[in-house]
Amino acid sequence: MLTFTLRRLLLAIPTLLLISLVIFLLVDLAPGSPASEIPLTVPPEVRMKILEALGVNEPLHVRYLLWLKQFFWVEPLNGFDAIFGTNYAEGMQRIISYQSRSPVFPLIGERLPQTLTVIGTAYLVGVLIALPIGIYSAYKQYSLFDQFGTMFAMIGFSVPTFFTGTLFIIIFAVWLGWFPTKYDTTLEVTDWDSFLTQLRQMAMPVMVLGLANAAAISRYMRSSMLENMSQDYVRTARAKGMDERTVVLKHVLRNSLIPVVTVIALGIPSIFGGAIITENLFGVNGIGSALIQAIRGNDLPMVQTLAFIFAILIVAFNLIADLLYGMLDPRIRYD
Amino acid sequence: MTDATSAATPPESFRGAVWAQFRKHKGAVFGLIVLGLLVIFSVIGPLVWNPEKLTVVEALKSKNLGPSLTHPMGTDQLGRDQMQRMMAAGKVSLAVGFVAMIIAIFLGTLIGVLAGYFKRLDGPLMRLTDMFLALPLIPLLLVMVMLFRDDLSRAMGPEMGAFVLIVFAIGVTSWMHAARIVRGEVLALKEREYVLASRSIGATPRRVILRHILPNVISPVMVAATLGVAEAIITESVLSFLGLGFPPDFPTWGRLLFEGLEYMQLYPERVIFPGLAISLTVLSVNYIGDGLRDALDPRIRGR
Repeated sequence: MLTFTLRRLLLAIPTLLLISLVIFLLVDLAPGSPASEIPLTVPPEVRMKILEALGVNEPLHVRYLLWLKQFFWVEPLNGFDAIFGTNYAEGMQRIISYQSRSPVFPLIGERLPQTLTVIGTAYLVGVLIALPIGIYSAYKQYSLFDQFGTMFAMIGFSVPTFFTGTLFIIIFAVWLGWFPTKYDTTLEVTDWDSFLTQLRQMAMPVMVLGLANAAAISRYMRSSMLENMSQDYVRTARAKGMDERTVVLKHVLRNSLIPVVTVIALGIPSIFGGAIITENLFGVNGIGSALIQAIRGNDLPMVQTLAFIFAILIVAFNLIADLLYGMLDPRIRYD
Repeated sequence: MTDATSAATPPESFRGAVWAQFRKHKGAVFGLIVLGLLVIFSVIGPLVWNPEKLTVVEALKSKNLGPSLTHPMGTDQLGRDQMQRMMAAGKVSLAVGFVAMIIAIFLGTLIGVLAGYFKRLDGPLMRLTDMFLALPLIPLLLVMVMLFRDDLSRAMGPEMGAFVLIVFAIGVTSWMHAARIVRGEVLALKEREYVLASRSIGATPRRVILRHILPNVISPVMVAATLGVAEAIITESVLSFLGLGFPPDFPTWGRLLFEGLEYMQLYPERVIFPGLAISLTVLSVNYIGDGLRDALDPRIRGR
C-alpha cells in the first residue's frame, strides 16, 4: 500500500508539471496577451516599462519557471508566514493579479469560503438524496419507485444546471417569492434570524447543484446495490433468518458503498468546475465567479493559477479515490 | 441445421435485429421521435415559418410581445420573432453538437486504435489521455474561447470563426472517453484468431485495422458518439450561457437563454423555450444512447 501510494504520488508530479505547462502555454501564447492590450499610440519605451511592470518581458521559459517557483515555493511560504507570524517569504515576488494589483492567493482565499459553504453543502445534500434513492430503487428493482428514480436520474443528467437554476429562480423567487434571487455574500450569520436568511439564500443554489449531483450518484448506488444483492453471502444471511433490514442495511449496503465512496471522491473536483455556472447564476462570490471575472478582465495570472488549482484538485482526488478503494475493498491489493 | 428450419425463421440481418431490440426500449423510441421533431423544427421550420421583415416602426411596436398566434413564442426586445430565432438557433446548436462529436470520435478512435494496436504507443498515448482527463475543461474552454475568438473572427468572419473555434475546442477536449473505450476493445480484438490469421497471411497493420478491427469497434463507438452529441450541446450552451459563445446575431439555444436571463422576471417564456429545447435534445439523445447500447449488445439483444 505504502509503495503504491508513493509510486502514485511520484507519478502525479510529471502529470502536474505537464498540465501546468499546458495551462501556462495556452494562456500565455494566446493572441489576447497583455502586450496587445496596450494601445498603439503608447510610445515604445513606455510600452517596455508597462510590460516590465507586468513581468512579461522575460523569455518564456524564465517566466514559466518563475511562475512554478512562485506557485510551489513562494506562496506556500507566504501562507506559512501568515499562520506563524514569521517572515521567511519577505522580499520574494508573489503571483500578482493584473486586475487588483494584489497577490492572487489571498484573493482566492477570500473567495474560497463562499464556494465551500454553498457548493460543499450542495454536494452533501446531493449525496444524502442519492443514497436512499439508490438503495430503495435497487431493493425494489423494476418497481414504480425504481422507474421514477431512473427517470429522475435521466432528467438530472440531461437538464443542464443553468436551466434548472433559471427555472428555480422563476418559480421559487419570482412567482412564489420564497427565496431571494441573488445570494448576498456580505450577510454575516450572527443570530437566528440571519441564520434563517442565510439558509433561505442558500436553498436554491444548493438544490440546483444537489439535484444534478444526486442523479449520477443514485445510479451508481443502485447498480452497486444490485450487484451485491445477488451475492451468496446475502442468501446466507437471509437463510440464517436475519430480518431484511439487517441484511439490506448492514450486509449489502456496506459492501455496496465501496465503489460509491470512490465515485463521490472523484466527483468532488468536478463540482468546483460545475460551480462556475451556479455561482454566476445566483451571484455567489466564490472561486467560480472569480475565474469568470478574471477571464473577462484578461487577468492572466489569476486564470493560470485558478485553472492549475482545479487541475491539482482533480489529480489529488483521483489519487484519493484510488487509495480509498484499496483501503475499503480487501479484495484489491496494490502491491 | 436443415433448410426447412432456417426457411421457417429467416435469419435476421444485423440491422434488423438491432432495430427490433431498439424499438423495445420505450425511452429510446421516445428520444428518436423528439429528436426528429427538433431537427425538423430547426431545419425545415425556417422554410415554412418565415415572418416578413419588419420596418423599424413595426419592430418598435412589436417588441416584448407575449406568445400569440402571430408570434407563437413571442418577440424579443428588438421585436424579432422568437420562434424564428429558435429555429435558427436550433440549427447552430445541433450542428455544433454533431460536428464536435465527429471531431471527438475521430480523434478518440484514432488514438484508441493506435494505443491498442501498437504496444509501443500504448504507454505514451494513455498517459496523454490521463493528462487530458485531469485538465479542468470548462475553465480551459472558457480561456480558449476568450483568447482566440477575436483573431479567428478576424480571419474567418464572426460567425464562421466562432463556429470553428467552439467546435474545435469542444472536439479536442472530449475525445478521451472514446479513446479509452476503443483501446480496450482493440486490445481484446487484437488477440482474436481472425486477426492472427489475417496477420499471418501478410496483411499490413493498416489493412488489419481498417478491415478487421474498425468494423468491430463500431458498436461502442456509436454509443459513445450519441452521448458525445449530448455533451457537446451542453458544453456549447454553457459557453454561450456565460457569454463566451456565439455572437448575438448568430444565436444558439444557449445564447438565447443567456439573452433571456435579463428579462427573465418579466418574460419567463424567453428563458423557458430555449432551456426546454436544450434539455429535450440532451434528454432524447441520452435515451437514444441508452437504447443503442442495449440494441448493440449481443448479450442483451434477442432476449
